Amino acid sequence: METLASTKEAPTNSTAQSVSGSVAVLEALLAEKVDTIFGYPGGAIMPIYDALYDYNEKLRHILVRHEQGAIHAAQGYARASGDVGVVFATSGPGATNLVTGLADAQIDSTPLVCITGQVFAHLLGTDAFQETDVINITTPVTKWNYQVTDATEIPSVLAKAFYIARSGRPGPVLIDITKNAQMQLFDYTGYTPCNHIRSYRPKPIVRKEYIEEAAKLINAAERPFVVFGQGVILGKAEKEFRQFIEKAGIPSAWTIMGMSAIPTDHPLGVGMLGMHGNYGPNLLTNECDVLIAIGMRFDDRVTGRLDKYAKQAKVIHLDIDPAEIDKNVKATVPVWGDCKETLPALTELIEQKVYPQWLQRFRDCREKEEEKVIREELNPSGDVLTMGEVIRVLNELTGGDAIIVTDVGQHQMVACRYAQYNKSKSNITSGGLGTMGYALPAAIGAAYGDPSRTTVAIIGDGGFQMTLQELGTIMQFKPHVKILILNNSFLGMVRQWQQLFHENRYSFVNITSPDFVQVAKGFGISGKSISKREEVRTALKEMLDHPGSFLLEVMTGKENNVFPMVPQGRGVAEIVLTREEV
Amino acid sequence: MSKAEYTITVYTENQIGLLNRIAIIFSRRKINIDSLNTSPSEVDSVHRFTIVINETEEVVRKLCRQIEKQVEVLKAYYNTAEEIVWQELALYKVPTEVIQAEVKVERLLRQYGANAVVIRKDYTVFEVAGHREETDRLIKVLEPYGLIEFVRSGRVAIIKDSEGFHEKLKEFEYREPGEDTIENEFLDQNEKVFTM
Repeated sequence: METLASTKEAPTNSTAQSVSGSVAVLEALLAEKVDTIFGYPGGAIMPIYDALYDYNEKLRHILVRHEQGAIHAAQGYARASGDVGVVFATSGPGATNLVTGLADAQIDSTPLVCITGQVFAHLLGTDAFQETDVINITTPVTKWNYQVTDATEIPSVLAKAFYIARSGRPGPVLIDITKNAQMQLFDYTGYTPCNHIRSYRPKPIVRKEYIEEAAKLINAAERPFVVFGQGVILGKAEKEFRQFIEKAGIPSAWTIMGMSAIPTDHPLGVGMLGMHGNYGPNLLTNECDVLIAIGMRFDDRVTGRLDKYAKQAKVIHLDIDPAEIDKNVKATVPVWGDCKETLPALTELIEQKVYPQWLQRFRDCREKEEEKVIREELNPSGDVLTMGEVIRVLNELTGGDAIIVTDVGQHQMVACRYAQYNKSKSNITSGGLGTMGYALPAAIGAAYGDPSRTTVAIIGDGGFQMTLQELGTIMQFKPHVKILILNNSFLGMVRQWQQLFHENRYSFVNITSPDFVQVAKGFGISGKSISKREEVRTALKEMLDHPGSFLLEVMTGKENNVFPMVPQGRGVAEIVLTREEV
Repeated sequence: MSKAEYTITVYTENQIGLLNRIAIIFSRRKINIDSLNTSPSEVDSVHRFTIVINETEEVVRKLCRQIEKQVEVLKAYYNTAEEIVWQELALYKVPTEVIQAEVKVERLLRQYGANAVVIRKDYTVFEVAGHREETDRLIKVLEPYGLIEFVRSGRVAIIKDSEGFHEKLKEFEYREPGEDTIENEFLDQNEKVFTM
């Protein structure tokens, strides 16, 4: 078997020492400056855990309660810290429990290195105890994966894994290591980080002529519109992005993944795109003359019906991944490359401009949305609590400095619509895959990824019940996570669709919940449940001020809907503001 | 845009699991692979996939981009049948007694340029290398004479305009390869070869 032809051999070193494959794994993590591992031991990964016993001082290992919790925690860690999240899991069920998180990280471009144990090499293919074909199961949901059966490969394979996970468009990498390789002693000559693989081009070369063409289009535009995604955050190009839009004077809207790359109150920030995004950015997508897409991939939840999406506009698409160009929306000018490089080049060539009338259109739309949706959501006239007013009070108390981790569903849309963000990497959510159960473990990871900030996990009653076992992880390791459950006693988003599109046929969306406060109490976590408006502020304050983790359940209106909405199958300009318009 | 037959040529590292990684790019999109062949290439350590599908050019281009996105893929090209020289190998097993008795069969085999690979008392195996229409036609004509077994190989193809991969590969070894090796010049063109 010829392998890793492109990986450089480690320099021969006379001071080679005999170490096990397991020690080589941990040395690789140290060399890559990993400080936290999320994992769960088991039979086939025991040699690595045995070695970990001696690395306790240098590597922090967080024992989760389920491998899915480990991988979502690693995702939260990666998203909050901007670095690679690391996961340990055993073979068989340990590895298969990672699949949801891998798919989530793959679609949301989250850098991960997952190390799974595997049965002895001589048992591969024999249906051995806890043997699963992990490489083939995870191939569609990993950026790269590789099975190690010989310990001598470990340093170079892990170097490659970290390089691939974090470079270019980031993504999850899985390394499956057979037990014999973990135990095998070999001459270890040190760790050499990888920075080149001949068959892998993480960054396309920036082509000047395309930048020039893009600048020409922008300079001639009358109604230019910027739509940006997580690429700005992943490229660590927040500053470059701001300089670009501020010089160009172009109204800019974010996708759910791009949110927090600029502060939500930036004067050129016009809101969120997508199915439950803001009215103006959706409507005016179909009125702009030049659409500048930056580090986003035209997901169907953003575009609505493709044949009714920005047909009038010339499209400039900046992306690091060549496969994204023309995938969904045809680009007039493709600008391939890392936006950290392409944006400054573009900024240099564009004229300083303002578009007061065009920007006013967005403000008018905002006013209409305020009147028809936002005002009632944030300051409701009725008795029942809305999710929006809870978020409003939370904003007032955190000042927009918290990391907000959301789960999936109505509360996610409301949180992303109304939460205030001052800093980048503040919004951690499962955008592409829509993984319920993501928020609690991801928030644990985020608390380790950036311990200097308050982490608030906003979760629905449904999603919380999917991964609430991770309360045990909080109990044991005490990361500070503020858990805010917005409980509407329904699987709210599905219920909303059943109400709007399935003639009120509520099919299995009525979900009962345990006493969450009692559950938390069982895990040694303080909590409170409220249902009245006058309690919201003090309860949220109590949650935030509490030393350590706290669970706050807020009972909200059972049948509140999230609006505006671009109903499925319709164009972005067909966005509706109220139920009557659906 | 109408569908046509496209031959995709992929240069890759020789790594276990890569066949699966490439195959699922097609199966995920419910695209049937008409023919798939893997072999060494002209360059040592580089593998070559030849894949035939029937799709629109737009789909084929997107597929090539997804293929090239894979870490161990060096390059993916796509070509129409006119842009390549190609062959498929077919084997036919026919009862030997029929060939002996029927002069017609012998004439047919000559006409199709078939070579006998094995001759036994009970059967004879012939091989024909050629285009699919030719090998297909021979099935039809042999059927009445008791064709016992038929099998056809995957397509192998050489791109007419390709200058080979030796020079290209050298550039891949560099950190900063030449522009045409990597990028977008050919983005919406399909001149000599498709490249990204």
